[in-house]
Amino acid sequence: MFPTSKPDPSLLRGMTQRRLGRRDALRLGGLSAMGAFLAACGVQGKGKPGASAAPDAVAKFWNGKVKNGKLDFANWPLYMDPKKPELKKFTEKTGITVKYDEVIQEMGPWFAKVQPQLSAKQSIGYDLMVITNGMQFGQFRDAGFLAPLDHSKLPNYAANAAKSYAQSAYDPGNVFSVPWASGITGIAYDESKTKRPITKLADLWDPAFKGKVGMFSDLQELGNFGLLAAGLDPAKSAEADWKKAAAKLQEQKDAGIVRNYYDQGYVDALGKGEVWITQAWSGDIFQKNVSDGTNFKFVIPEEGGTIWTDNMAIPITAANPVDAITLMDFFYEVENAATLAEYINYVCPVPAAQATMLKHAAAQTGEDKEYLESVANSPLVFPGEADYAKLHYYVGFNTAEEQQDFSKVFDPIVLG
Amino acid sequence: MNRVKRTLAPYLLVLPGGLWLLVFFVVPMVTMLSLSLQEGDIVNGYVFTGHWQTYVEAISDYQTQMIRSLVYGAITSLVLIVLAFPVAYWIAFYGGRKKTTYLFLILLPFFVSFVLRTISWRMLLTDDGVLLHPLKEAGLLPSGFQLLGTPTAVIAGLVYNFLPFMVLPIYVALERIDPRVVEAARDLYASPATAFRKVIFPLALPGVFAGVLMTFVPASSDYVNSELLGGTSTTMIGQVIQSKFLHTSDYPTASALAFALMAVLLIGVFSYARALGTEDVMKVAAR
Repeated sequence: MFPTSKPDPSLLRGMTQRRLGRRDALRLGGLSAMGAFLAACGVQGKGKPGASAAPDAVAKFWNGKVKNGKLDFANWPLYMDPKKPELKKFTEKTGITVKYDEVIQEMGPWFAKVQPQLSAKQSIGYDLMVITNGMQFGQFRDAGFLAPLDHSKLPNYAANAAKSYAQSAYDPGNVFSVPWASGITGIAYDESKTKRPITKLADLWDPAFKGKVGMFSDLQELGNFGLLAAGLDPAKSAEADWKKAAAKLQEQKDAGIVRNYYDQGYVDALGKGEVWITQAWSGDIFQKNVSDGTNFKFVIPEEGGTIWTDNMAIPITAANPVDAITLMDFFYEVENAATLAEYINYVCPVPAAQATMLKHAAAQTGEDKEYLESVANSPLVFPGEADYAKLHYYVGFNTAEEQQDFSKVFDPIVLG
Repeated sequence: MNRVKRTLAPYLLVLPGGLWLLVFFVVPMVTMLSLSLQEGDIVNGYVFTGHWQTYVEAISDYQTQMIRSLVYGAITSLVLIVLAFPVAYWIAFYGGRKKTTYLFLILLPFFVSFVLRTISWRMLLTDDGVLLHPLKEAGLLPSGFQLLGTPTAVIAGLVYNFLPFMVLPIYVALERIDPRVVEAARDLYASPATAFRKVIFPLALPGVFAGVLMTFVPASSDYVNSELLGGTSTTMIGQVIQSKFLHTSDYPTASALAFALMAVLLIGVFSYARALGTEDVMKVAAR
């Protein structure tokens, strides 16, 4: 549930319904005809909030939905082997053809792009999308943009998924989503430049690396590290803590330590030597080292790193939801989860895939064998208890207003 | 009948373009104006409340970026005048029959996408790239020297990307100069320098003004160059607006900033045109 901080429930209800919204707007503003015209251009409310869909919502959505033999899948770049072996196998097995587009680059812009269609109850052209458990996940969920999942159609998920995912804070019970992969935000560095091993967040504040430190431009990622560096737990933080973290980050910026605030471009900046030490996503560094022969290190800092999850979800307006949920479940077959993780090197939501990966490794020789073994034994793909202990979850927001406040606190740092 | 036709003709002619502007310019503008006066959040929706304080907050929060953008835009235009004038002059007076070819060459980079061109500048200016590496090797620059992330890099990118918009109007103005006017100046014992100063340059001024209009406005609101070439303190107002729209879904602040920027630019441009004579500027700009 997404409690709202608006004082007057009737007003809120008014705001979330189109006609009343206009009337309330007029009442609120006491406005002229021009005002009414302007008000008509309002961005509509996205309907009722609610993290847990009622059981009849599942039935209501899935009733009468049938397999159509095709589906459109929106994912992030570099999140599947470009030859798409898993999708080929899926088509062979089920007869469903998949159009796979790597159209999601950042959560904010993705939400901004599909929000108007979803608000208007129109198809966004995709039946399945992979979205991160950040701010926008909450927005998708609370706006009623995600189809409630029919778990009777997800037998492999029930059998093979790591149990911890069912207790996630962003989607308890996996009502709307199942994980695609998780990743860890930590520190990547080039030891040939730093001349010493990096172990802690404080190293990102070390004046010795002035102008050679990369931070993320994503406000949640940046805020998390500020909080952790200030000794605060992001998941339990409140506005006063955010301000402390922001002050810490501002200090780092003012001292000229930060080279820039990066999106996905940090990998490139690290590769070019623009930054020596940077906030980083686990799988990227692994992939960069494998594909470019670099030897960058990735560490989960002593003070802790964060773990996030990218999730498969079905937009409420999907034209082919049955095909989409079939594909969701397909990725929970141990074999498919294993081959996917072997390529992407992000945390695999299927623990049994580790044994399968080692089996694959045993069937190979030489470099391939070494590679597969390194993936199977990588703490970044199958983190152990000790690793999990160091990982924190994202800041949880109770209200949309809190989310805006969070943005307001950290925005001035990135937008210097 | 004929008379009716004649009176209606101009309106009919303006109709397609007018409709286009109405649907794709006026309507979105009004929507944006409305958005800037709304309150709420992305989940519960934004509602029009006439909350004009958003403007005050947005401007006071982001005045640094706003002023920075105007300064970058102004520097860009100045550098462009210095760079573009000689080029346009040479093409207009010494281009001969190959004028069109030269103009085409000026426009050639435009066949590559804007973003791609800017990204290639990233590679050019990077710490150990083709430009800085040899200079650092030769000991001309300290090894820690960097261009990327500095205002210089952002302005250099802006200058590069908008060069043709300055060259073309100046070229058009110079092209129009009757060579006999210059000859007359020489006949009256003006030195080449005096002829340039007293005859050619004043006649080319409308082109320069038009060039400034066509570069200052887009350069001030650009966000690609500062995004790709800038650093932690080169954020331009366009980036702020983009981030508010796409990253934090704060539509009212984004729209308010967009309108404030537009107002500042319009006021600037109008006072500029007024001070320097609207007629010629607009005429050349219309070419």
